[in-house]
Amino acid sequence: MPTILEVNNLVTRFYTLDGVVHAVNGVSFHLEEGETLAIVGESGSGKSVTMMSILGLIPSPPGKIESGEAYLYDGYERRDLLKMSDAELREIRGGQIGFVFQDPISSLNPVLTIGEQIAESLVRHLGLSREEARDRTIELLDLVGIPDPKARYRNYPHQFSGGMRQRVMIAIAIACGPKIVIADEPTTALDVTIQAQIVELFLRLQKELGMAIIWITHDLAVVSGLADRVLVMYGGRVAEVAPVDDLYEQPRHPYTVGLLGALPRLDSRESRRLVSIQGAPPDLLIPLKHCPFAWRCEYAFDRCWEEIPTLQPAGLNRKVACFYDLERGKPRHD
Amino acid sequence: MYRYFLAKIGQSVLLLFGVIVLVFFMVRLTGDPASLMMSRNASPEQMEAFRERMGFNRPVYVQFADFFTGALVGDFGNSLHFKSPALPLVLERLPATVQLAVVGLLIAMFIGIPLGLLGGFQPGSAIDSIGRGLALLGQSIPNFWLALIMILFFAVRLGWFPSFGRDRWDSVIMPAFVLGLPTLGQLVRLTRSAVLEIRSADFIRTAYSKGLEPRVIYAKHVFRNVAIPLVSVIGVQFGYMLGGSIYIESIFAWPGMGQLLEQAIGWRDFPLVQAIAVFTSVVVLALNIFTDLAYAIIDPRIRYGS
Ligand SMILES: Nc1ncnc2c1ncn2[C@@H]1O[C@H](COP(=O)(O)OP(=O)(O)OP(=O)(O)O)[C@@H](O)[C@H]1O
Ligand SMILES: [Mg+2]
Repeated sequence: MPTILEVNNLVTRFYTLDGVVHAVNGVSFHLEEGETLAIVGESGSGKSVTMMSILGLIPSPPGKIESGEAYLYDGYERRDLLKMSDAELREIRGGQIGFVFQDPISSLNPVLTIGEQIAESLVRHLGLSREEARDRTIELLDLVGIPDPKARYRNYPHQFSGGMRQRVMIAIAIACGPKIVIADEPTTALDVTIQAQIVELFLRLQKELGMAIIWITHDLAVVSGLADRVLVMYGGRVAEVAPVDDLYEQPRHPYTVGLLGALPRLDSRESRRLVSIQGAPPDLLIPLKHCPFAWRCEYAFDRCWEEIPTLQPAGLNRKVACFYDLERGKPRHD
Repeated sequence: MYRYFLAKIGQSVLLLFGVIVLVFFMVRLTGDPASLMMSRNASPEQMEAFRERMGFNRPVYVQFADFFTGALVGDFGNSLHFKSPALPLVLERLPATVQLAVVGLLIAMFIGIPLGLLGGFQPGSAIDSIGRGLALLGQSIPNFWLALIMILFFAVRLGWFPSFGRDRWDSVIMPAFVLGLPTLGQLVRLTRSAVLEIRSADFIRTAYSKGLEPRVIYAKHVFRNVAIPLVSVIGVQFGYMLGGSIYIESIFAWPGMGQLLEQAIGWRDFPLVQAIAVFTSVVVLALNIFTDLAYAIIDPRIRYGS
């Protein structure tokens, strides 16, 4: 499949009163048309900031994109999102790239009808008239599985359950037929049964509309049934990227091993959050000169304390940023 | 929502009953209302005649029943000073007070809200500093002092405005400004902090993620949410302005209810004081109900109960 989004060496920092937060430190990845890429990693690993940076949604100040490229492809043409003007970016946001955020309760405006909140995007990007936008919105509500969409058009967010609100958010995200939908932990705030319904809805919509999905999550259990590829982030860097089955079968980064070890069994009632890797993630206020995972890593050796590993090819369609070759059980030579 | 309003009206009725009770007992706290109302050198015969005429000789519960049924139909007895029914005297002064309060509120809103919005959109800018300075002044300057300074400067020195009375169209401007200034200050601060809070709400991030123009986001998504807390403050402040302009009306010789109240207290004209007190409470309570209604209209979470 052709590439639709290509991010190279993205660096984003926050200049706060406490110091400089090195939130994203040279992240690179690509997204293919129609695929689902899952981004996993502990809290604070830079998943959200990466996506927000690409679309100019970083609050600035304190945020600043220091360097990098983010090419959006249209056939053979490509444009760098990071070099676009605000006006150009606004055309992309909501038009070519839709968003779904974590908390459907706070992500919808409480004083506007949900119909209005979907329709305004249609008016903005597709230039529909009010009536056309209304009719299209009702179709969209139907498409995302909201019963009685005609009557629901005039309802306010608080009149919906959490799951239904997330369906509304999804309707907003897909309203203008985007090529990419970025879903930032879209199921974290929902009940388990509702989570499954939302995942199913995404899969159905992707089949019908063919958009690519970037699915940010803590929950590796959801990833296996949903994603084509997985990008593992750690300390504002990419630790590993691989097709989903390969990653589960044979993780190549010790951090991924830890994550998979932390995956709860289906019969356990414990929290699904990824918390059980020993030690704490790096303090992003301090720029590192060595592998950010070294002090939590049982395989770490001298080199890990001297250099920062870069992302290197490691097998078919896979890359890993680690000096230790887990497969062979010894340091990598390159 | 109807139940909510029925409860609200019920509450107001109870409160009003409480006010009537208070107003009734207020003049009887010292035991003998006649000695409170008559001048100190009245003869015992005159006192006795006065008690007889006002019905102060009757048992307290009879007096209360009498006062209460009278209050219900707006009869607070005759003013001692004017020797005519008290309530019509109050109503006569109502237009002047309402004019003062309305103009004061308009000044506060038309200056305070835009300043708060601009300050909230661009915190730290010059206009933000001006707004915050004005807010601080508005909430800390004593109004009688400001009134005197303004009279000295704008009326006496510059001659821009009349210094007292209500006989020119521009007479209202100085007293209304002084009356509205604290509210103006409060509106600047409240609007500013509401904008700052709403600006970073998740749903505003959603609005940006839809590619909307900042102009649309502020006018539609931010402002409608900011308006909600403003309504309740405006309602409360308007009630306070309608009832609380004693100093300002007296200093500017503004012929409203506040001035009448001040005079009535001086004359020990208690029927008049009681009429003003009960009437002002009715106005404030009614205003509260309207405020809640306005609140419900702009906040769908209340309109459609959650
Ligand atoms: N506005 C901001 N100001 C300062 N620091 C910020 C800001 N936004 C994010 N950060 C910092 O950037 C880092 C990465 O945050 P990010 O939200 O991308 O993490 P995440 O991987 O999405 O985590 P989570 O799973 O909790 O959502 C964190 O250390 C966070 O504190
Ligand atoms: Mg996040």
